[in-house]
Amino acid sequence: MADRTLVQAIRDALLEEMDRDVRVCVLGQDVGLKGGVFKATEGLQPRFGPDRVLDTPLAESSIAAVAQGLALEGYRPVAEMQFADYIFPAFNQIVNEIAKVRYRSNGDFSCPLVIRAPTGGGVRGALYHSQSVEAYFCHVPGLKVVLPSTPADAKGLLKAAIRDPDPVIFLEPKKLYRAARGPVADGEGALLPLGKAAVVKEGATVSAITYGYLRAVTQEAAVRLEAEGISVEVIDLRTLRPWDQSACLQSLEKTGRVAVIYEANRTGGFGAEVAAELAERGFAHLDAPVTRVASPDVPAMPFSAALEHAFMLNTDKVAAALRRLAEY
Amino acid sequence: MSTPAELDGLTRERVLWAYGIVLRARYLDDRRFILNRAGKLAFIISPRGHEVAQVAAITALQPGRDRFCLYYRDFAAALACGFTPEELMLSAFARAADPSSGGRQTPGNFGSRRRGIIIGSSAVGTQIPKAAGIGLALKWRAEGALCYVSFGEGATSQGDFHEGLNFAALHHCPVIFLCENNHWAISVPEARQVAGPGVAARAAAYGIPGVAVAGDDFLAVHAAVRAAAERARRGEGPTLIEARVLRLQSHSTDDDQRAYRDPAELEAEAALDPVPRMRAWLLAVGWLTEPDDARFQEEVAREVEAATVAAEAAPEPDPSTLTRHVYADG
Ligand SMILES: Cc1ncc(C[n+]2csc(CCOP(=O)(O)OP(=O)(O)O)c2C)c(N)n1
Repeated sequence: MADRTLVQAIRDALLEEMDRDVRVCVLGQDVGLKGGVFKATEGLQPRFGPDRVLDTPLAESSIAAVAQGLALEGYRPVAEMQFADYIFPAFNQIVNEIAKVRYRSNGDFSCPLVIRAPTGGGVRGALYHSQSVEAYFCHVPGLKVVLPSTPADAKGLLKAAIRDPDPVIFLEPKKLYRAARGPVADGEGALLPLGKAAVVKEGATVSAITYGYLRAVTQEAAVRLEAEGISVEVIDLRTLRPWDQSACLQSLEKTGRVAVIYEANRTGGFGAEVAAELAERGFAHLDAPVTRVASPDVPAMPFSAALEHAFMLNTDKVAAALRRLAEY
Repeated sequence: MSTPAELDGLTRERVLWAYGIVLRARYLDDRRFILNRAGKLAFIISPRGHEVAQVAAITALQPGRDRFCLYYRDFAAALACGFTPEELMLSAFARAADPSSGGRQTPGNFGSRRRGIIIGSSAVGTQIPKAAGIGLALKWRAEGALCYVSFGEGATSQGDFHEGLNFAALHHCPVIFLCENNHWAISVPEARQVAGPGVAARAAAYGIPGVAVAGDDFLAVHAAVRAAAERARRGEGPTLIEARVLRLQSHSTDDDQRAYRDPAELEAEAALDPVPRMRAWLLAVGWLTEPDDARFQEEVAREVEAATVAAEAAPEPDPSTLTRHVYADG
C-alpha cells in the first residue's frame, strides 16, 4: 500500500501496465517530453521511449484514429485527450468508428483501447476546461465509460480498462487529481472490476447515487444529515456504462428514496438515465419521486469565482436536496 | 496506352488476372443494378468507371501481407483483395453469411480480418487517419507490410484527410493514400470541392510525393502504386496518389445524376468507359484474343449468375442476433 494522489495513481497504473504488457502504449498531446499537462504520464517517456509514449500533433480526431489503428493491429493504446472539453473533434472517430467496429464487422474485428480525459470543474477552468462529457459517451453502445473518484479506484479501474477487450472512455475528475489522496495497492492487488458500484456509506433513509468529484461532497452531506437523524446511503457508481443497476436497486428497495447526484447540467445528463431506470424498475418500492440533483442548464461553467460557485453543487446544496427528499 | 515492353514486373498472366477481376466487377455491378431496380437489393454503390484504377492499384500490392482500408466505392478493389463474387452478392442481399458484416452494413463496407481488409464504415474520410495508425503499427513491427487507404476527392475536404496525411508523413508511416478522383461528390463538382491545383499537389505540404495519374491507364496506376509501395517498404514513408477517374453511374442507386449533370458530358464520358479501353489495349498488344475474351466473358457471366442464385437463396440474419457483438461478451 502506498499513499497516492489520484493523478499519481493514474500514472502508476499506466506504468505498471506498460511494464506488464509490451503492447500497451500511450499517446496524446504533451504526454511525452512534458509528462502530460497534469503529469499523469510523468516519467513514462524516459522509461519506455518516444514510440511507446508518443507526443502527437494537436489533432484529437487523429489521436483517436491512430489509437484505433494501433488497437486493430494488436496494440493496447491508451490515448490522452488533454481536456474532456476537447474530445469533440474525436467524437466521430469514437462514436462512428471505435464504438462500432465490433458490431459492424459482426465480431470479426475488435478495438480494445482506452481514451483518458480530465473531466469536470471547480478549478476555475471556465467553459473550456470544466465540462462534464460523460453523457455523450454513455449513450453509445459499444463503449464503456468509467469515472473514478478515489486514487485506489482510479488505479484499479484504469488497469482493468487497459485489459478490457472493448473500448473504454476513462474520465478523470481533474479537481481530484491532487486533492484526492489515499492508500493504493501495488500490482495485481490494485485491480478492480468494471461495472461495479461502491457502497461508500450504508444508510437507511435515503439513497444518494453519485460519481466523480461529487462522491466526496455527498459523503460530507451525509455526515451532516446523520447528525440530524437522516441516514443516507452513498453509492459511487464508478463505472457509468455498464452501470451497476443491481446495487442501486438493492439500495432503493431498502430506503425507498433515491437522489441521483451529478455534476453535469441536468437535462439529458447521465443521472437522468439512472433516475429513469430506477423509477421504472423500483416503482413499487418508492416512497418519493426519484430526484435528480444536478447543475443548471447553462452552456458550461463560467470563469468568475462567484459564477463557478453558483454552478457547482456543494455540500449545502446536496444536503438540502437530500433533506427535502427525506422529508417528502 | 503502353506496350508490353513497358510492363516492368507485370506478366501477361497477372494482367489477364486483373482484367478478369475488372470484368467480374462490371458484370456483378450490372447484375446488382438490375436486382436493385427489381426491388431485390435495397442499396448499391457502383464502381462503374473506377474499376481499372482500383484493380491496377491492388495488383501492385500484396493482399495477405498488406492492410487495406477500402471505401464504399471499392467494389473492384475488394474483388482484387480476394472477396469472391458470391461473398459480395451475399453482402448485396444483406445475408447472414456476408463475410464483411453479416448483413449489418450497406454493401461497400468491406472487411475481412484474415485478408487484412479493415472493416469500413460509411462515414466519409474516417479511414484516412486510421490508416496512419495502422501504418504506425506496421512501422513498429518492421515486417515490410504497408497500409493502403482509398477515398474520393470529396473526402479530401475532411479534416481527417489532413490529420491522417500529417501524422503519416511525420512518422514516415508505410501508407499509400489513394484518391479516386471522379470529380463529383454526389452532386458537388470538384470545382466546388477542391481549392488550389488539385489533390495530388497537397502532398507537397506534407513533404511527401504526390502523383496524379490517369485512372483508366492500368499501367500508369500500377506503376504509381508500385513506386509508392517500394518507398513505403523501404521505410521512407507515405505517398499520395490521385487517380483521375470517371463516375459512369450515379452516386448510388438512390441518386440520379441526370438531374444535375449535363447530358452531353454524360454521353461523352460514357464513351470513355475504362473497361472496353482495357480490353482494346490488351487486344492491341496481343495479350488477349477475341475468342479468349469471349470465353472469359462467358465464364464471368456464369460465375455471376451462380453467385446471384446462391446469395439470393442464402438465409437472412436471425433476428435474435440483433444484439450480438456489441461487446466482447455478447
Ligand atoms: C462524413 C460524411 N458526410 C456525408 C456523407 C454522405 N455522403 C456519402 S458519399 C458522399 C460523397 C463522397 O464523395 P467522394 O468522397 O468524392 O467519393 P465518391 O462517392 O465520389 O467516390 C457524401 C456526401 C457521409 N457518408 N459521411
